[in-house]
Amino acid sequence: MVIPMLVLFLLFTYLPILGNIVAFLDYSPYSGFFGSAFVGFDNFVRVLADSGFWRAVSNTVVITVVQLVFYFPLPIILAIVLNSVLNERVRTIIQSIVYLPHFFSWVIVVTIFQQIFGGAGIINQILRANGAEPIEIMTNPDVFLALLTSQTIWKDAGWGIVLFLAALAAINSSLYEAAAVDGASRWRRLWHITLPGIRSTIVLLLILRLGDALTVGFEQMLLQRDAVGVATAEVLDTFVYYEGVQYGDWSFAAAAGLIKGIVSLVLVLGANKIAHIFGEDGIYRR
Amino acid sequence: MTRTELKTRRLTVPAKKAKRAGAQRPIWEEQPTFGGSLAKSILIGAIVIAVLLPLWMVVITSLSTEETIRQAGGLVIIPQEITFGAYRQVFAGGVVTRAIGVSLFVAIVGTAIAVLVTILGAYGLSKPSMVFFKPILFTALITMFFGAGIIPTYLVVSSLGLINSLWALILPTAVSAFNVLVMRSFFMGIDASVLESARIDGAGEWRILFTMVVPMSKAVIAVVALFYGVAFWNAFFNAMLYINDNRLWPLQLVLRSYVLQGTAQQGNVGEQIATGGAPLAPIALQMALVVIAMLPILVAYPFVQRHLKNGVMIGAVKG
Repeated sequence: MVIPMLVLFLLFTYLPILGNIVAFLDYSPYSGFFGSAFVGFDNFVRVLADSGFWRAVSNTVVITVVQLVFYFPLPIILAIVLNSVLNERVRTIIQSIVYLPHFFSWVIVVTIFQQIFGGAGIINQILRANGAEPIEIMTNPDVFLALLTSQTIWKDAGWGIVLFLAALAAINSSLYEAAAVDGASRWRRLWHITLPGIRSTIVLLLILRLGDALTVGFEQMLLQRDAVGVATAEVLDTFVYYEGVQYGDWSFAAAAGLIKGIVSLVLVLGANKIAHIFGEDGIYRR
Repeated sequence: MTRTELKTRRLTVPAKKAKRAGAQRPIWEEQPTFGGSLAKSILIGAIVIAVLLPLWMVVITSLSTEETIRQAGGLVIIPQEITFGAYRQVFAGGVVTRAIGVSLFVAIVGTAIAVLVTILGAYGLSKPSMVFFKPILFTALITMFFGAGIIPTYLVVSSLGLINSLWALILPTAVSAFNVLVMRSFFMGIDASVLESARIDGAGEWRILFTMVVPMSKAVIAVVALFYGVAFWNAFFNAMLYINDNRLWPLQLVLRSYVLQGTAQQGNVGEQIATGGAPLAPIALQMALVVIAMLPILVAYPFVQRHLKNGVMIGAVKG
């Protein structure tokens, strides 16, 4: 029964993993896998000497850090606020509304942002109607980070809220009562019961996020790279895509992609290890 | 109470029910300050508006006439005259009509294949007595930690001859180890003695899977189907890679090419999409496309939502 699954994994995950061999070749589509010359680590040397690659690395890291600081804590805070709404029905309705955008594609999300903040968008129309200068948001590299983060918040914060609400619901309510009877204030209960109660969920999502640290919403970036320009919007994945598929430097792009894959793997395993040291389960148990 | 209900009930968290049985504040909890409650209501209200207002504007704009849109100067908030002209143009044949067909095909066939493969894989992996159990489990787990990368995947798909084939949009993403594990953990929660007694009565594994395990697992199957379906419907990058023939483009790629790039570059989408008829504001057409792209999700949303809570919990708790 597992055979269909195995065939799909072998064809579309393991065969491509072997296909990373192109990173060690001077590959061209005409000569194919077997006709291309083996060049050892030459492509990796070229990648590491390439300024475009390092620009992509630094953009990726900056975007990840900004999102980690400004996006990650938000669903936790909002889930705690929402959890304190007493009426269960109101809470369920709000919950269903806020995670709806999670299921929309990035194309839709970026289109909606464009219609609101873009050059012909509603905000600029209002500004123009009032005689003010229009402001360029969608194509301005200076505010790109803020734009990206707000798109991520609009799309995914609601989903995060749902995950944390599930974790909050699993906390035993008699703990709160006992603490309150012992004179613990609202804030102390938050600090000593709520946060420890959802700690393993926080750790798990943080690790998963680290695994994606070098991926930073590939589709989101690809859609906006051209409008904002490569100086701020080129990340590792878009770099690999353009160098390989668009410009045809297959081996060079595959080498860059392989570096990214290995670093991501190290990040996940490392984060998981740290989680184990602190006594959390992380993604898998020891 | 049927067995399915029993299973689902065990997976929900009873603590929540006990805590929030009524809208009563427990006696030990302090009364909230007026300022605190006010701030909370404003915050929650603002969040709800931030989500719903853009969606409202998109829908209303897609139903508005050129005149209304010009007066509003972009997206329309207050509906004036309602017209379905944009939708009539979209469905009049041409690129978009075909793209909707392509997207529906990929989403429906893709989800059916993906769910079937996932059920089979998860059931196999739920029995540690299977031959080669450990290596097979490992094969699945590794795919969660290490992706092959864009370039080698592209080269493999193209050497399999899948360029310009809709199968390139289905097969490479047809099974996700994460979904297999979510379903597997649900299968493993099923009472083994029930299945064992069926086995003693002479039922084969296939029969046990499809007449007992699958009916007991409707909730988790619905959730996994939702995850796959949404992913297939929303994907545009694979189509960008593998489909050069724009007659085979899915809706998301058409949306990207005509709406996003169109507004950025020419701002004249109407002529490209429209196939005649009265002049309509291109914005109405664009927003009609967005609405159509959102529609399947909005339709499926309430249906799967009641299952989602359990499924998410399994996913969140067991990772």
